Amino acid sequence: MRTMQAETIHPTGELSATAFVIISVIKLLVVFLVVLVTVAMLTLLERKISAWMQDRIGPNRVGPGGLAQPLADGAKNILKEESTPGQAHRVFFTLAPMLAIIPAMVTFGIIPFASPLPTPWGVVPMVIADVPIGILFLLAFSSLGVYGIVIAGWASSNKYALLGGLRAGAQMLSYEIALGMSLLSVFFLVGNVRLTEVVARQQEMGLWFALPLSISFLFFWISAFAETNRLPFDLPEAESELVTGYHTEYSSMKFSMFFIAEYAHMLTISMLMATLFLGGWDIPGWAGDNMVVRGAEVIGASPAVWKTILTLIMFGMKTFFFIIVFMLVRWTVPRFRYDQVMDLGWKLMLPTALAFVTVTAATILALDLAGIPYGFVFGFVLTVVNGIMLFGFLWLVDRGRTLIGGYQMEERRARARAIARFHKEEFDVGAG
Amino acid sequence: MATRKRTVVYDVRRHPELGAGGGIVSAPIVPVEGEVASDYSENFSGEHMLINIGPQHPATHGVLRLVLELDGETVIRCIPHIGYLHSSFEKLGEYRDWNQIVPLTDRMDYLAPLIYNCAYAMAVEKMMGVQVTERCKVVRVILMELDRIFSHLLWLGTTGIDLGAFTVFLYTFQERERIYNLHESYTGARITTSSTRIGGMMADLPAGWIEQLQSFISNFPRTLDEVETLLTNNAIWIGRTQDVGVITAEDAVNFGLSGANLRASGVAYDVRKDRPYYDYESYDFDVPVGEHGDIYDRYLCRMEEMRQSLRILQQAISRLPGGPINVSDPRVILPGKTATMNDMESMIHHFKIVMEGVRAPVGESWFSVESSKGELGMYVVSDGGSKPVRWRVRGPSFINIAALPHMIEGALLSDVIAVNASLDIVLGEIDR
Repeated sequence: MRTMQAETIHPTGELSATAFVIISVIKLLVVFLVVLVTVAMLTLLERKISAWMQDRIGPNRVGPGGLAQPLADGAKNILKEESTPGQAHRVFFTLAPMLAIIPAMVTFGIIPFASPLPTPWGVVPMVIADVPIGILFLLAFSSLGVYGIVIAGWASSNKYALLGGLRAGAQMLSYEIALGMSLLSVFFLVGNVRLTEVVARQQEMGLWFALPLSISFLFFWISAFAETNRLPFDLPEAESELVTGYHTEYSSMKFSMFFIAEYAHMLTISMLMATLFLGGWDIPGWAGDNMVVRGAEVIGASPAVWKTILTLIMFGMKTFFFIIVFMLVRWTVPRFRYDQVMDLGWKLMLPTALAFVTVTAATILALDLAGIPYGFVFGFVLTVVNGIMLFGFLWLVDRGRTLIGGYQMEERRARARAIARFHKEEFDVGAG
Repeated sequence: MATRKRTVVYDVRRHPELGAGGGIVSAPIVPVEGEVASDYSENFSGEHMLINIGPQHPATHGVLRLVLELDGETVIRCIPHIGYLHSSFEKLGEYRDWNQIVPLTDRMDYLAPLIYNCAYAMAVEKMMGVQVTERCKVVRVILMELDRIFSHLLWLGTTGIDLGAFTVFLYTFQERERIYNLHESYTGARITTSSTRIGGMMADLPAGWIEQLQSFISNFPRTLDEVETLLTNNAIWIGRTQDVGVITAEDAVNFGLSGANLRASGVAYDVRKDRPYYDYESYDFDVPVGEHGDIYDRYLCRMEEMRQSLRILQQAISRLPGGPINVSDPRVILPGKTATMNDMESMIHHFKIVMEGVRAPVGESWFSVESSKGELGMYVVSDGGSKPVRWRVRGPSFINIAALPHMIEGALLSDVIAVNASLDIVLGEIDR
């Protein structure tokens, strides 16, 4: 089960050490620049999309059609005065934005963004670092980002910021688990955590994992919203409640770094979803791009420059799709309440994800025992099983078990009154 | 959750527990139950956080300051502090002519200025025994219903923002912009309309105004439908609003709530129905009444009230009579320019009104109308001079906000914002 179906092997020869270093540096610079520019343009895109949804025009003053707006924003943020609250913990206050932005930037490094590129020095896989621990590395780093937010909330010495930081911590923790659960079933099918292998296995099956693992896809998607702190899960910054949550006290470039981190995070998780569930750079219905670099050889179709370009465009489109959905959702739905987010994460998503992982694992085991080879039929059976589970899940959710606001108001009110009376003597803010 | 889909009840007849003459006095007055016996012995000392929501906060709708005692995110106690916008309108009024008070009234509730203008004029006219013309009556009805929509739209938008639904805000503000334009083309001002005078209006409707209004009436329901599509059946919106901020009918009556806040609790009290003024009894409209008394029912009630206001507007337009808009009473209304210049009597009246102001006979009067926020009462006392001895306002917001601590005890921080928004308060009127 570890090999491509169309067994064509193109020996390429290893890249020489010098070539590897030079090519890696070039890839690093190009990807980093592209990502930074994309992140900047995403802020413009968000504003344009929101303007479009709200019958407005959006930014159109700077540059043609407002295209230079991110540049102007950047310049503004650099030139603005930076203020630090007197009571803030200076070291952590400065450290927090860095802690937020670095993990978001690092994770781009392991996502394959196009089919291997043939060069005179050998075939270059289009990924900065195809680390063998791929997804694990990514999970580890993306959850590091929450440290930045929690530390920012704590170091600001501001109550709103503190609440925002606490919310962020709780939320990330809760959804990281559902995220990991939905990744488990991907591991079952791939048998590896290397992201290039994830793409190769989807090509091999002829189905993107979004179909055979539809329930995992849904859960991953929901968790992605929570992980990136986007509406309806933007509780850590909940503007109308916590002013702006954890970055209330931040100004100038420090604020900007949180801002960039948010968009970078959104971009990463969109790329990741495209890779894990939409076949990465795979072009659907075409075997010409089914190739994977393993060691010193390319297995599958032969690599070509035009294929690299086509697959790169394909990958961009898939990523863009997720980003657009992120933005459309943000400007459509209201925000969850804190306890609803927690309920959704712990009471609904975690147990159901566990159950679904078990069912998926059992199905895969049964298919293996039945001797069905890994391929389209294999995927189709999984699609049916997952589809049924997805339908059942949505049907259950729709009966209003998750989102009801009916927590016992009278009971809580009585409890609050009791506590308030208990404290009346020693803690009376109402007097005077 | 028993029922997810809720509708408002149309109870055009009076609530059975209200007396024949309407009025809230005959509603059952239930003593506020005593403090709940405390069975909590835990010592929470030092575990609570005091947090200020306001006076500068994105979601306090002005300069309301709420001191919250939080246990985690649960509200133990809430103490509203008002007075940050105190302008001493009522005292100022004692040093103003009867007509000069009109500008003070629209600065109280700048979200429905015309209703306040009209209510004040009505109270003074009642005291002076002035019967306004038929045309004036209908014009005032049009203006008041227009401002009811105006105010409800702002409530809808800001409540949307407070719950994280930003797009709703801009949809509603687009429609508000049209009403602003209507204000402007009639009164010359967009917010501070100051349109009424004792005995009539400051001018007749300008040419083309009714057509402008009609185009608003025909376009407005579409926006309302769009907003309903975004919110009414939205699971998150339902989760955030249903069973949150509940107040029972008894409590609502005891707290003196009025307007949609009272009707959402199931008490069908509407001044327009129960103590009709300006021939409201001859208009065909329904008063929506909720049954749960939560944010969602208030939302439904207000949405429906906007639709009903449109019905009233249409009927008013169709019955708008010709004739003068001002009474031909030289005691209160300036005679025309030609008459003043050619006619001795008119010149004397003109001189008296300009130099001394309108004089009211000795007496007092109370007039209450259904403003967008609830029952708005105006009380004026005259000693026969050109200035009131006393001018007092029964502001609905001021009384509605008194119920806020009761509604949010034991709720979460996010609910505080939601409930506060749902009460539809305006600080200009609360602080006066």
